[in-house]
Amino acid sequence: MFNPDAVGKSRKSSTTFKVTQESISNFAHAIGESEIINSSVTYSIMISLGPSQALLEENGLDWTRVVHGDQKFQNNRPLHAGDEVTCTSTIETYRAVAGNEIVTVRTDLHCEEELAQVQWTTLVMRG
Amino acid sequence: MDHSGDARMRKVELGYQIPAETYKINRATLVEYANAGGDQNPIHQDEEVAKAVGLPDVIAHGMLTMALAGRYVTKWAGHSAAVTEISSRFTKPVVVPAGVDVEITISAVIEEVSARQVKLDITAECAGVKVLGMAKATVSLL
Repeated sequence: MFNPDAVGKSRKSSTTFKVTQESISNFAHAIGESEIINSSVTYSIMISLGPSQALLEENGLDWTRVVHGDQKFQNNRPLHAGDEVTCTSTIETYRAVAGNEIVTVRTDLHCEEELAQVQWTTLVMRG
Repeated sequence: MDHSGDARMRKVELGYQIPAETYKINRATLVEYANAGGDQNPIHQDEEVAKAVGLPDVIAHGMLTMALAGRYVTKWAGHSAAVTEISSRFTKPVVVPAGVDVEITISAVIEEVSARQVKLDITAECAGVKVLGMAKATVSLL
């Protein structure tokens, strides 16, 4: 079971993620886009995935039961090659409903002091 | 199908239905997306694993479908920097059998207009079934 007291817990990634032109281009190509200077709208999922998963696992997330419920991106600006991104993930909400557990984690993506993007990921652990 | 990437030519009017676009994906797309997006969950690549967990076959990453919605909105917006928000629920899986091109059709309606931005209500369908729920995007007009 997920730790119900995890709400509010936060974790800052210990390393920065350096955005490369290659990773921006690979993502764009995989989804059939040609724009390669600005990152694709949902590109940063590849950066947040590891840090947000680490926080959830520390708090008892059982991956064998998980489905991705919903996802939101708030992009103050696209990412570019050379950006060094630090992720801070925070567990915002948790609830148990009809045997399922639903957890939402927010990840703030900072480039130095600038908050470039924010994501919310909601996962459902099926009962 | 092409509704022009020139944002100056687009129609910004409440209720306007932006022309739909259809994107084809197949197993190779899923492998490419997994490598580019960092999600190597085998249910998106390995038929045996997918079936073992009760799925009919390999399914696309929900994030791939959302990325295609992002591509669609970006094209209408003119560039990705204008797309300030996108959100979606993953309501139904997109099943991708081996050797088949699966079509995902995306469209949107302008549901809110202000001087600064427009809000879009996005529909994503595969084989007549809506695969995203409550899919919304915000496009800056500044």
